[in-house]
Amino acid sequence: MGKMVQTDDLIFEYAKCDEEGNVTGSYRAIDKVNLDIEQGQFIAILGHNGSGKSTLAKHMNAILLPTGGTMWVGGRDTKDPNELWNVRQSAGMVFQNPDNQIIGTVVEEDVGFGLENLGVPTADIWKRVEESLKAVGMIEYRHHSPNKLSGGQKQRVAIAGVIAMRPKCIVLDEPTAMLDPNGRKEVLRTVQELRKQENITVILITHYMEEVIDADKVFVMDHGHVVMEGTPKEVFSQVDTLKSYRLDVPQVTILADELRKRGLDIPAGILRKEELVKAICQLK
Amino acid sequence: MIRDITIGQYYPAKSVLHRLDPRVKLVATVLYLISLFLFKNISGYIVVTIFLVTVIRLSKVPFKYIMRGMKPILMILMITLLFNLFLTRDGDIIFRIWKLSITEGGLRNAVFMAMRLLYLIAGSSLMTFTTTPNELTDGIESLLKPLNKVHVPVHEIAMMMSIALRFIPILLEETDKIMKAQIARGADLESGNMLEKAKAMVPILVPLFVSAFRRANDLAMAMEARCYRGGEGRTKMNPLKYHSRDYAAYLFMIAYIIVVVCVGRFVPIHIWVF
Repeated sequence: MGKMVQTDDLIFEYAKCDEEGNVTGSYRAIDKVNLDIEQGQFIAILGHNGSGKSTLAKHMNAILLPTGGTMWVGGRDTKDPNELWNVRQSAGMVFQNPDNQIIGTVVEEDVGFGLENLGVPTADIWKRVEESLKAVGMIEYRHHSPNKLSGGQKQRVAIAGVIAMRPKCIVLDEPTAMLDPNGRKEVLRTVQELRKQENITVILITHYMEEVIDADKVFVMDHGHVVMEGTPKEVFSQVDTLKSYRLDVPQVTILADELRKRGLDIPAGILRKEELVKAICQLK
Repeated sequence: MIRDITIGQYYPAKSVLHRLDPRVKLVATVLYLISLFLFKNISGYIVVTIFLVTVIRLSKVPFKYIMRGMKPILMILMITLLFNLFLTRDGDIIFRIWKLSITEGGLRNAVFMAMRLLYLIAGSSLMTFTTTPNELTDGIESLLKPLNKVHVPVHEIAMMMSIALRFIPILLEETDKIMKAQIARGADLESGNMLEKAKAMVPILVPLFVSAFRRANDLAMAMEARCYRGGEGRTKMNPLKYHSRDYAAYLFMIAYIIVVVCVGRFVPIHIWVF
């Protein structure tokens, strides 16, 4: 297994301007981040608003280029202009707002948009559009207008549009932030199924902790730094640290943590209801 | 009320018209629009009406749906009607109130002009109902391709148009939402004279513009993320290819133009002032 995404002291600075447009200073959205993501992993990046997680995501698709340090996607340096389109093809991106990323007026036209850009022959486009719509379970909506779909369905169409391009990695930038609980489940289930079937690296950026309990590795970001990393169990066992980064820890984990503090013998880093029930039942 | 605007929206259905090549539909629409100005006779209107009704029938777009799209232009229609009615001096005076008088020519012009406008809108909206914006873009792009040689960015223009069309319903919905939000905050959009009403629109337009720009920014990013880099090296999902039905449609349009011109010019029917 190769490295999918790798960074070396990645820095990204926004220039701060006054009203006349003179540069008055700079703001570091990402400050010396070192990441190492293996092919086929499910990675979650957590952080509250303004922690730099979306900025980081945009680097993986070369929408933003680092102002310092280097980022490699699939072994390609994102700063290399000759590799730009290869980078974008190998790391597909799904954004937060479902309405603002659908270009086509019919579902299948939208899924084909990326393939048209890549210059894929017409017959192949249709085949791949059909495959990807089936993969996200939206094939029966292929002739519908995206305006008439629910938020979760729109995000699934957006995901289909990305996987049609056969990327090695999908970066999902808060794909569920604008969805209702049902839509959220729908999208996450789709992502999970895809990962199992196609062995795609999934990088999920979110601030919902419940979404990351299945991740192979979790990164927590704050003020442009990666402040915690590890398996969900390792990260969630530090409830107080997470709270200090203004993240909402899942209720079960908080409950388990409080119980442990009161002296009950419960292991740290409980993520699911069932686990807690089991732990409590085994108490004497 | 705002959602009633149907101009520029695709109506999904399976009809001959939906299957026609967009280039044919574009050329046909242009021919049809020109044809409306090729006659000055009631017989011409009869031919156009028959043509329009047939085509609407063929398209399987409900008649009501097309009529709903007319509502927004009602105002323009009324203005045209009134101006033509009262300001044309031609022929005998039929009717007179105070200083205003209606002449035979005025009545004729007013009615014909109104019909022309209605037919213009009906015909062109029928095209957008039966053609997805992407097809439309492809059609425009392919028809205007010769202009590329004189450095007109044809692909970019076509892309902009198709995106604009896709965002019409979204922005309308947004306008509705902003209006409701401002009304909920005590904005008064109904009372006052014209000037006050126009001023009351500012708190709706400003957030609408801000959000439109934000959307544009997001969309541009999403397009780039999916490897969009202009028209070069791009393949088509639906490459345009003429079928026999498209040639038939061309022939049909030519026949229609000939009939309109001949009937409009050489079959003089006169009913009262028309």
